[in-house]
Amino acid sequence: MLEVTGLSCARGEQPLFANLSFVLKAGELMQVQGANGSGKTTLLRTLCGFIQPLAGEIRWQGESIRDLDGEYRSDIIYLGHLNAIKDELNALENLRISSALSGCGVSDSVAIAALRRMGLRGRETFPVKVLSQGQRRRVALARLLVSKAHLWILDEPLTALDVGAVGLMQGLIGEHLGKRGMVIFTTHQTLEVAGVEMRRLSLS
Amino acid sequence: MNKLSLLGLVSLVIKRDLTLAMRRRADVLTTLIFFVLVVSLFPLAVGSEIDMLRKMAPGVVWVAALLASMLSLGRMFSADYLDGTLEQMLLVPQSLSMLVLSKILAHWMLSGLPLVLIAPVLGLQFDMSGPSLWVLVLALLIGTPVLSMIGAFGAALTLGLRGGGVLVSLLVLPLCIPVLIFGAGAVTAMTSGVSPAPNLSLLGAFLLMSLLFTPWVSAQALRISME
Repeated sequence: MLEVTGLSCARGEQPLFANLSFVLKAGELMQVQGANGSGKTTLLRTLCGFIQPLAGEIRWQGESIRDLDGEYRSDIIYLGHLNAIKDELNALENLRISSALSGCGVSDSVAIAALRRMGLRGRETFPVKVLSQGQRRRVALARLLVSKAHLWILDEPLTALDVGAVGLMQGLIGEHLGKRGMVIFTTHQTLEVAGVEMRRLSLS
Repeated sequence: MNKLSLLGLVSLVIKRDLTLAMRRRADVLTTLIFFVLVVSLFPLAVGSEIDMLRKMAPGVVWVAALLASMLSLGRMFSADYLDGTLEQMLLVPQSLSMLVLSKILAHWMLSGLPLVLIAPVLGLQFDMSGPSLWVLVLALLIGTPVLSMIGAFGAALTLGLRGGGVLVSLLVLPLCIPVLIFGAGAVTAMTSGVSPAPNLSLLGAFLLMSLLFTPWVSAQALRISME
């Protein structure tokens, strides 16, 4: 369970949001909404612990994420605007290294299966630099498939994805929620997960 | 969950950085070629008087090594910063200091170690004697990791800043002066018949000190830069 109480954040001198509180329980999906520059990314990065909030507290399973430290970090997966994949490596190497770093190393066969499910069959060993934007995004999203993290923090996961991949993502999120996982995300596109009520958090 | 051990993390990060460097060999070679070129320029510029060259050799090699190691500092974190992988690295469950230490080690293997290996060949250009060459290699072997570690701190601080490449040199070069003095001093002592041991011991002390502090300080600097 993720509890946020009285969270305030600023970017430089400019205050973005103040006194934000919400609770995200197991199996819940939350969309952070707001105009450009309203602090959606800042909120997500604060939840990851990259940014120290001005005020307020973030608690994970009842304990402050500052005290939990590494334990919390191994329980979350963050996907930002940047794909966090290396051009010089191929899709398989990228997936194996990034998942090993986040604490759950996977075998070649598991990684290949994940990439194939993301629609990258036949491109597993292509250098990432020859892939298209959408395909790179799929490589980045494949991390979600092999991760064992409970909390997914996704910043604009649907950018550059085609209709088929968006459907795939909706399915993935649905599965994760079904396993008592939690997802908090931002998007300007429509993302609907069948059978799950979407909670919305508006930043203004 | 099969979590990585600390040693596993270190070897994973080193292997990753070495693989990346092998796919972009030009970056490694530029440092090495720069070093060779700068050292080779001196005999051409100051003339071929062998006594003078022999006296200058330790200083020339050390200054060149210092400048060459500055060249590659900009790349230590910036590539990972730009494609977002550094952000993911901040999320490793283990300590960030260990990760930074692994990156420093990989950086040294790619930019410091080649200099150490080629230095004796360059020393021959200056007619250095056998024992002096050994001391030169030993001093570089102890000193270049210190340069990488101090450099990592500078690189982490200037991450994402415009003109960071030049700034990092200005920031780091003054901090490297002690290494330069004792590194070159060790070789000079040897050529003038004095024991190089005190100089080498001091270099060793710098190495231990920076091993203790710089990974942690650089990790904090990275966190600040990523906010």
